[in-house]
Amino acid sequence: MTRRRVVITGMGCVTPLGHDVESTWSALLAGKSGISKTELFDAETFPSTFSAQVKNFQLPEPLAKSGVHDLAGRQAKFALAAALEAWTQSGLDKSDQYNPDRTGIYLGAGEGSLDFDNFTSLLIDAWNNGKLDTCKWAKLAYERFEIHREQEQEANMVLSHLANQFGIEGPAINILTACAASTQAIGEATMIIRRGDADVMMTGGAHSMIHPYGVTGFNRLNALSTKNDEITTASRPFDLTRDGFVLGEGAGILILEDYEHAKNRGANILAEILGYGSSADAFRITDQDPNGEGAAAGMKAALEDANLKPEQIDYISAHGTSTPQNDTVETKAIKAVFGEFAYKVPISSIKSSLGHLIAAAGVVEAISCVLAIRDQILPATMNLKIPDPQCDLDYIPNEPRKATVRVTMSNSFGFGGQNNTIIIGKI
Amino acid sequence: MNERRVVITGIGVVTASGIGIEELFENLCRKHCSIKRIDMFDPSGFACQIAGQLEGFSARKYTPKSYRKAVKVMARDIEIAVAAADLAIRDAGIITRGIDEQNVNIDSSRFGSNIGAGLMCTDLDELGIAVNTSVTDGKFDFKKWGREGMENLTPLWLLKYLPNMLACHVTIIHGAKGPSNTITCGEASGHLAVGEASRVIARGWVDVNIAGGAESKVHPLHLLRQDLLGRLTTTHNDNPTEACRPFDANHSGTVIGEGGGLLLLEDHDRAVNRSARIYAEVVGFGTRCDPNGVNFLNPPSSSALTRAINSALADAQIAPEQVDLVIPHGSGVPAEDVAEAKAIHQALGQHAQNVPVCPLTGSYGNLFAGAGAVALAVAATALYKQTIPPAVNYETPDEACNLNINREPIQKEINYVLSTASSIGGQYAAVVLKKYE
Repeated sequence: MTRRRVVITGMGCVTPLGHDVESTWSALLAGKSGISKTELFDAETFPSTFSAQVKNFQLPEPLAKSGVHDLAGRQAKFALAAALEAWTQSGLDKSDQYNPDRTGIYLGAGEGSLDFDNFTSLLIDAWNNGKLDTCKWAKLAYERFEIHREQEQEANMVLSHLANQFGIEGPAINILTACAASTQAIGEATMIIRRGDADVMMTGGAHSMIHPYGVTGFNRLNALSTKNDEITTASRPFDLTRDGFVLGEGAGILILEDYEHAKNRGANILAEILGYGSSADAFRITDQDPNGEGAAAGMKAALEDANLKPEQIDYISAHGTSTPQNDTVETKAIKAVFGEFAYKVPISSIKSSLGHLIAAAGVVEAISCVLAIRDQILPATMNLKIPDPQCDLDYIPNEPRKATVRVTMSNSFGFGGQNNTIIIGKI
Repeated sequence: MNERRVVITGIGVVTASGIGIEELFENLCRKHCSIKRIDMFDPSGFACQIAGQLEGFSARKYTPKSYRKAVKVMARDIEIAVAAADLAIRDAGIITRGIDEQNVNIDSSRFGSNIGAGLMCTDLDELGIAVNTSVTDGKFDFKKWGREGMENLTPLWLLKYLPNMLACHVTIIHGAKGPSNTITCGEASGHLAVGEASRVIARGWVDVNIAGGAESKVHPLHLLRQDLLGRLTTTHNDNPTEACRPFDANHSGTVIGEGGGLLLLEDHDRAVNRSARIYAEVVGFGTRCDPNGVNFLNPPSSSALTRAINSALADAQIAPEQVDLVIPHGSGVPAEDVAEAKAIHQALGQHAQNVPVCPLTGSYGNLFAGAGAVALAVAATALYKQTIPPAVNYETPDEACNLNINREPIQKEINYVLSTASSIGGQYAAVVLKKYE
């Protein structure tokens, strides 16, 4: 059976290292860290006082003047800027072959933050004898809450803003499979084009959990690094001294397109989505399957979908969160899938520089795979100084590496056990 | 394209009007309404004080003994999904490790999940206790919170409220190791989840997929938000059973319900080989979006839903006249009912005036992310029983809607059911089910 080929014709991102693809990529290759002291709120006494924040961000002019996005959530604004970059690169903004009904959106976008000051002060002001007085709470809430600030927290509103800005009218879905969301979105968007339900899909994700309750939640889970004295090197995937991930924020957007559609309109094709695989650990909500069976199943399924052998993979962009558990489990899973070749395939985690963008992590990693293919260079795992005996593969430590890169694999594993892998290749 | 056929072989529903499809369908047929004054908290400060609450509900009964202690880290939305999964899997006659570890009859790697979820909010008392340890001069004190206040929260606090945890708990209990997805598109989530899950079977990635959604918005913050959106009826606090009246001339808003549903979707050949009872076949799915949906305070338009319905009918390869029943979202918000009715007219043409339409929210309220799967469960059961249930609270037709809302249960031949959904924000979905022959 011949199936429709799906290619990438546009990319955009907003990350802790830059507000677009090129600045993020050059900072990554230069080994810069996007991590700094948390300034979005006072985290001085929190177990983790630092994070990977997007700095000095403002909605680019063409988006700001629309007026529709003024009250959008932080993550939606990141997504808009990333989408504008991707859309412009794709040339669809100027194409006479743009059909809104045949263009869809499939995002893995996260929820917005609570209206922290109002929400928290209400818990204090309406507190009575160890319990919330909901009658008083309601009275005050009607005075203080603003509906846009509330509704914009819904995860599907990111999609709504993008559809509005770019006039998209086709299939529209938002998913939130935690840290795997944007990789899964890319995979599912690919399936929609393959089946013929759309010709163009805007896909990717956006998220910001750098807010007091987000950091509280992850700190309570002991998931974050607490290396408060070594913050720029705190994210150190596969290093023996790693102690958790560094919370980041941002967005990434890809424009996917049916290959024939892209060719017919003379689009600049950046790369091809060759395969997608998905699985569930079905193990525990707090832990990954220690043998990495779920993670391996996702990788195997992606290879099968791409009709490729493990030896044909030139680079793995690891989930590599820098938590003690993930990096060991991922290493085991790669060995289970790749056998002896696991020791030969270069692997790295750009979370060492960017932190963990949660729902948006996967798409930014996918973008780095496309750039690795374009520039024939592999980004490094930074801050990997003391090898962990349980992590004994080639993680491209500390220096980017020139290489022949045709086919890349990108892994994302969500908290709770939803695993997703995509394979991106040179066209 | 050569796709596999997908059928529904198990149904699990949890609503205020019934837990389990038999009880729900019976209550719908006798036009029972379960909407009452809210008693999960004191609602007297709110303009709308009623909801379709689950009485005495807990997931414990639906959770294997070995996993029961996990119920305390499940938000109510998750509990509903766990219960619905147990009901659907048992109903299908499938034995997972969560049902009976010794006699499992399903390949876990060929068993997927797609469970829609809403935006969950922390229990306010739970967070309030912690926050109120960190107050200085009446104001929240970040320094105290960071040093010690946050330690008053259970370590797993965040995981109670992550939307993907509905699917994660279900996959863990039942050993579903195939692709797992979590759709978060508000009130369109259930249709989107069932549609997407059926595609995963159709393309051969799994043989069984559990799909649907669940949500509980009976929570002060959600009640407030829906009221600020202007969507809730505020004139029926004294007669709650008449409050939710989709497509009726006196519709005045929606009512929050809590609940959800999961459908056990199965590859047709697998179902036939094991002689499973087949409720219906999933034959059409379409989704579209409205670029103006972002302006959520404006009245919704009908064109995106029209296109979603057209797409679902084309996917099912049927003409509009072949639709024998429509189960709409029918929120009861006047502008939303009018837009939905207009889309049905635009997509079905003349046939829209005759085809029976049966909204369900009048009975148990608007289940948000849980709504779609319950609507599709009722649609599948209508096909299986060849019975069209009646709408609750439909008395005076709203001329602006001009639909043939069904008022009494009807036994008749029905072959195709169309069900529609929309979200605040502009995502729309339609699903077509077919009588199984």
